[in-house]
Amino acid sequence: MLKLILNYLIFPGFLFSACIGLLAGWVDRKVTARIQWRRGPPWHQNFTDIIKLLGKETIVPQAAKMTFLLSPFLSVLAVVLVATILGKSIISPWDWFIGDLIVVLYLLIVPAVALIMGASASRNPFASVGASREMKLVLAYELPFILSIVTVVIKSAGAIQIGSILEYQMSFGSHLASLSGILAFIAAIFCMQAKLGFVPFDVAEADQEIMAGVLIEYSGLPLAMFKLTKALLLYTMPVLLISLFWGRDLSPLALIGKYIVLLVVIILIKNTNPRLRIDQALRFFWGPVTAIAASAVILALFGR
Amino acid sequence: MDLKTKALTKSLWVFHAACSPCNNCDIEICDLFTPRFDVERFGITLVGSVRHADALIVTGVPTYKTRERLKMLYSQAPKPCLVVAIGGCACGRIMFRDSYTSPCRVDEVIPVDVYIPGCPPKPEAMIAGIVKLINKVKGK
Repeated sequence: MLKLILNYLIFPGFLFSACIGLLAGWVDRKVTARIQWRRGPPWHQNFTDIIKLLGKETIVPQAAKMTFLLSPFLSVLAVVLVATILGKSIISPWDWFIGDLIVVLYLLIVPAVALIMGASASRNPFASVGASREMKLVLAYELPFILSIVTVVIKSAGAIQIGSILEYQMSFGSHLASLSGILAFIAAIFCMQAKLGFVPFDVAEADQEIMAGVLIEYSGLPLAMFKLTKALLLYTMPVLLISLFWGRDLSPLALIGKYIVLLVVIILIKNTNPRLRIDQALRFFWGPVTAIAASAVILALFGR
Repeated sequence: MDLKTKALTKSLWVFHAACSPCNNCDIEICDLFTPRFDVERFGITLVGSVRHADALIVTGVPTYKTRERLKMLYSQAPKPCLVVAIGGCACGRIMFRDSYTSPCRVDEVIPVDVYIPGCPPKPEAMIAGIVKLINKVKGK
């Protein structure tokens, strides 16, 4: 029991994944700055931001409900749980229960739901615009994301446990080595970009048009919690995709290399695309991306 | 100096409060975020919502309408909130001193920490002003 709590709080859980995620966020800012021919912030910038936000005053709008302050913590707790399950599955694949993949899928929707709840509870018109956009975005990317994960489940002989999917890949090769695996991986990368809330899918907190949208009323500690959620997701999502699609060799060095490759892909997509409108994003996800993911499922059923 | 103040000086998020300026100062503020000056090196970023702000950057002369908005913005910002007055108008109303549309200076509405005069001030002058602001927060 104590070991589980330590796992949750320290090693594959909160402390570890938050540090990696904040460092990855710095890499993102630095690479963005270099692409724009700037110097960029120092490596501890994201840590400093979080510490500063913890020291600021927390303002609660007069008409806000209790969910306004609860939802940031809910989203952090959910993502830390995902990070713990993933980290433990990679270290010792048979430790967890059957069906943890489904639990992970549910828990990964929680940050978006928490964002919608918190934004709606703040009673700010810009926040409600952001919340409605976030809701549509969730509806848009969940379908292709789940289809691409169904591809993985079909290819690894119906396993719905992350550990057994990893075992399957260790004995039969990565899913990425097949045609359906590549198609599902491409669809999943787009969904990951939307789940992280990065450009081109950052309509929910579009800084220039609706002034941080869903986060507009947050200050101090709750804002720091949402920033931490972003950082944790930046660690969790690529590791989830690696363990599902690219998990043949997960020694620490290989894992770090694969993580950096995925991070570079995310940053490049972020820096070379303008923001999509919400209707364009919806059309994109339900059109081409769902088509790619569905064809991956069909190919996987035929054993390709 | 405690951790809180140190973190505040290393990551200053600024909100741009334009109180009826002529836009020259605003253009020069935007220059601060371009490759030549790049204040993100020091952790300074522009934020969209005043709830996220650590510093208000005020440009222009308050009119009867923007005076109320400025007061409201300052009360909405989470404390500690610093205020920087940029440009001659925000520092002391220069040629709008006797204007019938302008009731008061910026520092009669909200407490100003640093004045950066100029019409418009150069980006170098603004960076120098921000350094003064940070030294003031540190208590030097």
